[in-house]
Amino acid sequence: MNTLKRIGFALLAPVIAVLIAMLATSIVILASGSDSSAGDFWSVILAKPENRIMVNIINQTSMIYLSAVAAAIGFRMGLFNIGVEGQYTLASYTAATFAGAALLPGAINVFASLVIAMAVGAIWAGIAGILRTTRGVSEVISTIMLNSIAAILVGYLLDQYGEHGGNQVRTKALHASSQVPGWVPFEDRDGAIWTLGLLAVAVGIGFWVLLNKTRFGFDLRATGLSQTAAVASGIKVNRMVLVSMLLSGAVAGLIWMPAYFGSAYTYGTTFQAGLGFTGIAVALLGRNQPVGMIFGAVLFAFLSAQSNSLVFQTDISPSVVQITQGVAVLAVVIAYELVRRYRIRLEQRSVARARTAPAQEVAA
Amino acid sequence: MRRTTKFAAVVAASLMALTACGSDSDGGSDGGSASGGSSTDASADVCKTADGSGPKIGLAYDVGGRGDQSFNDSAYAGVAKAVEDFDATCLEGEAQDGEAESAREDRLRQMADAGATAVIGVGFAYSDAVNAVAPDYPDVAFGVVDGYDPDDKANDNVAYFSFAANESSFLVGVAAAETTKSKQVGFVGGVHNDLIKSFEAGYTAGVHAVDPSIKVDIAYIEESDLSGFGDPAGGKTAAAGEFDKGADVVYHASGASGSGVFDAAVEAGDGNWAIGVDSDQYLTATADQQPHILTSALKRVDVASYDFIKSVNDGSPNTGYVTYDLKNDGVGYSTSGGFLDSIQSDIDGYADKIKSGDIKVPTAP
Repeated sequence: MNTLKRIGFALLAPVIAVLIAMLATSIVILASGSDSSAGDFWSVILAKPENRIMVNIINQTSMIYLSAVAAAIGFRMGLFNIGVEGQYTLASYTAATFAGAALLPGAINVFASLVIAMAVGAIWAGIAGILRTTRGVSEVISTIMLNSIAAILVGYLLDQYGEHGGNQVRTKALHASSQVPGWVPFEDRDGAIWTLGLLAVAVGIGFWVLLNKTRFGFDLRATGLSQTAAVASGIKVNRMVLVSMLLSGAVAGLIWMPAYFGSAYTYGTTFQAGLGFTGIAVALLGRNQPVGMIFGAVLFAFLSAQSNSLVFQTDISPSVVQITQGVAVLAVVIAYELVRRYRIRLEQRSVARARTAPAQEVAA
Repeated sequence: MRRTTKFAAVVAASLMALTACGSDSDGGSDGGSASGGSSTDASADVCKTADGSGPKIGLAYDVGGRGDQSFNDSAYAGVAKAVEDFDATCLEGEAQDGEAESAREDRLRQMADAGATAVIGVGFAYSDAVNAVAPDYPDVAFGVVDGYDPDDKANDNVAYFSFAANESSFLVGVAAAETTKSKQVGFVGGVHNDLIKSFEAGYTAGVHAVDPSIKVDIAYIEESDLSGFGDPAGGKTAAAGEFDKGADVVYHASGASGSGVFDAAVEAGDGNWAIGVDSDQYLTATADQQPHILTSALKRVDVASYDFIKSVNDGSPNTGYVTYDLKNDGVGYSTSGGFLDSIQSDIDGYADKIKSGDIKVPTAP
């Protein structure tokens, strides 16, 4: 009963948040005066996804989840790494260039490229970490600036050293022996679930173990809860800042790798930008919890993938799902606070009842 | 500390939400404020009302979408004409900023699944997606505006429309050079990619063909992010910077960001000009913008789309590379507003030299 209650409380806040988001979205659709009703919107969004969309949802979930973990590592210790976007852009480009050059054969090439992606992501995040620890520069500011620098740098390098064709420029295509497409659950044309999506599973488990089973994880959470208390108990906060930035950046470096080795095979127009920001929203939605963020990642991937059908079946712009996503993130913060207060009140009441009950027995 | 974090989280989240809304409402208000009216009015969308028995056309827009008064609207105009002429019907879809490659593919597949016999991807970003999807639908004819076949396996049901935008840019460069009083002109590109660089190259060559001493300021809104084609605020900042530095004519090749460039010209005051792109943008500009729109470099995406649908309707769809240049009126310049009346003969003189091959217009700066 008690565990049941606990799970119920844990689910309550996200459920409230999603309901509020659905309500807000419906109101926006009504207010926009479109020809389609909110009911049309939800019947498209909540319809059973087609096979290929199901595959897309799973693939997108893995990348969004990686991005969310990257953001959460920083968030858990009170560090706002807004720079996941820049870290994975630069890491993806570098890894794609390295992998495309095919200096190493087959699977070794894949492995080496993943290591390079993590290293580049870590270094880019590390710059913000060093600025913070040595100069006291806020990581929010520095990572945002590093995002712009990464975007410009990648654009320049791609232009200088990429392969130009038609109106496009891209890195050298990945050799077939290093491609890791994945498992085809339906027909070939519906696409494959990328093997490297398993990186998300590995990173998720790793994050959980790190947080809950290691000294470092304890220090991380302690610093996040109270930096002064952490210093008092002998935690080297500066070292923690740097290490968590590096870890955050390393995970960020992996974000696009499932797509690269799974279907893109080159860095060009197929690169998916914006995942770094999606990850921040999902980390907030999942309360930086390894399990909670799975829920958030699935929700975001699901909404985005389903929204494509909106234009064909209704008069509603696919951008409307961004309202659902945004409101869910805002509402979850409020919902958690409300649920927490409600729970405390419940506990207080049950304690009070437990105390008055024996007293009445004595009186009787 | 905890509370600050929480507060910061809320602020960050609401900022994200607001920026998302911001960019959307930009698109919306641009569409609404057009005095030209009918062509950008969503309720006048022929794809919502057409119910003919002719070919079914799928039209997948790039970032910016319908209402950009430029590139995407031009494709729509071609489809609208085809709907009328061939009793066709159409389906529309629009790219979202930062969407997955799989979303682009899914959009094309949904159109083909819904029975479209001609599917047009508007913009080079659809090249890979069309290349991936086309083999699965051998009975559907695909077309990509500014497209390029990314691999060696040629698809026999795909047409790639390529435009000699450097030639039209050359001509508006001539117009800019003959109009400028400060001997300084500007260029604003949406994204610093090879496509837009060919606009820059042609424009600069046109300016310098008239007077090599004229200075050309170059600015790009984004280095590689395609959001540069849907960012009026970014376009305005870039253009205002060039007007401030002394330029008095600014040419933009930045899709829906161009409305910001026009606003910058209005704020720079009388005697400052902007040059539109792709569509005749004088026709869709607001009343205060119109006196500042010198001309537009036309890229007849409408002609290409129309021709393609015609070929599908005739039963022998175009395939492979289809080039549109000055010779076949696939590119050109507009004269609405009458600001070019005194120099039009000069510009046409250069156009003839390009057509005859006497002038070779560069494609890269």
